[in-house]
Amino acid sequence: MDPLSEYIRGITRDNPIFGLVLGLCPALAVTTSVENAIGMSAGTAFVLVCANIFISSLRKQIPAAVRLPIFIIVIATFVSIVDMIMEAYFPPMYAALGVFIPLIVVNCVIIGRAEAFANKNNVFYSFIDALGISTGFLLVLMLIGGIREILGTGQIVTFGYTLLSLPVNPSVTTMILPPGAFLTIGVLMAIVNYQRAKKRAKGG
Amino acid sequence: MVEKALFAIFMEGVFIKNFLIIQFLGLCSFVGVTKDFKSAAGMSGAVIFVMTMAATASYMIYTYILVPRSMEFLNLISFIVVIAALVQLVEFVVRKNIPSLYRSLGIFLPLITTNCAVLGVVLLNVLSEYNFIQSVVFGVAAGIGYTIVMLMMASIRERSTFVHVPSSIRGLPQAFFVATMLSLAFVNYFWVIPI
Repeated sequence: MDPLSEYIRGITRDNPIFGLVLGLCPALAVTTSVENAIGMSAGTAFVLVCANIFISSLRKQIPAAVRLPIFIIVIATFVSIVDMIMEAYFPPMYAALGVFIPLIVVNCVIIGRAEAFANKNNVFYSFIDALGISTGFLLVLMLIGGIREILGTGQIVTFGYTLLSLPVNPSVTTMILPPGAFLTIGVLMAIVNYQRAKKRAKGG
Repeated sequence: MVEKALFAIFMEGVFIKNFLIIQFLGLCSFVGVTKDFKSAAGMSGAVIFVMTMAATASYMIYTYILVPRSMEFLNLISFIVVIAALVQLVEFVVRKNIPSLYRSLGIFLPLITTNCAVLGVVLLNVLSEYNFIQSVVFGVAAGIGYTIVMLMMASIRERSTFVHVPSSIRGLPQAFFVATMLSLAFVNYFWVIPI
């Protein structure tokens, strides 16, 4: 296995949202803006990296029969850490993400990677895998957040800087309400499916 | 905190803060088991049960064990253990009594443990500082709201199986477009029911 291709795999083929279709709840719920998307991805990335390292280094000690409860306890511990750090140092972000920070514990991506990858591979590759999956998650969340923010408010403001501003304000407020999230991910998934089908047709 | 009427909490749980399509909690099962009506109904029954029990049990644990010992930081870990135990219980009962349902639910039954909706109810109860009755009412309401949307979604998807759509839209994207329409309807309850 080559580390770079392992890393890229997390962004493309095993992309958590479009490839594995895991972790949809945070991807839809907190993507009202790019800023929230970054905050959420950072929290998830921390938990994913720590949990993957921890579980892969203990993979020979964890009995197979009780591995899932152990994974959940490990993940819950790291999520509690993120929860406290965010509450102490980034209160506005914590308020915006609300209940979704503690809910990282039930994000299927993390337990999915623990079960499918960290439990079978060594620490280094588990670390690379976690980085790749986190990057994939961040990119998709930023894409969804960006689409919703630009259509919903006419501009993208991240940490006080205006990144992009449309000359006319479309202000389709529905886009930052829940229906916009479903619509955005539906369209994006259709595009991904279409591209994959085209690639398959070309390859075969 | 402001004392909220029980009816207000109930309506909030069912419609205004509907777990599936307003708060996006529990989406895995929403797109996973809504392909046919029967599994959706079975799943909803299991979720109502687990949600109600989890709301009750976690309130007890939080108020009588964690708070007096100022161990609130352990809430996440203890809640998830409670939920896991409850799901195990449901799994035993379903496997013993309704084996056909057990087969059609498949992986999604044990996955209720990691269903964000259940943990969401418990965490929202703690965040909104509900008392015992309010917590239980919110748990039941969230379960009913989940059921309503699951059944609507399953019926629509069952009937739209034979609709001719482009192949890249078939499956998940189609489900998300249906969800968009449902969500558009539910967003407006916010204006219809003044609380």
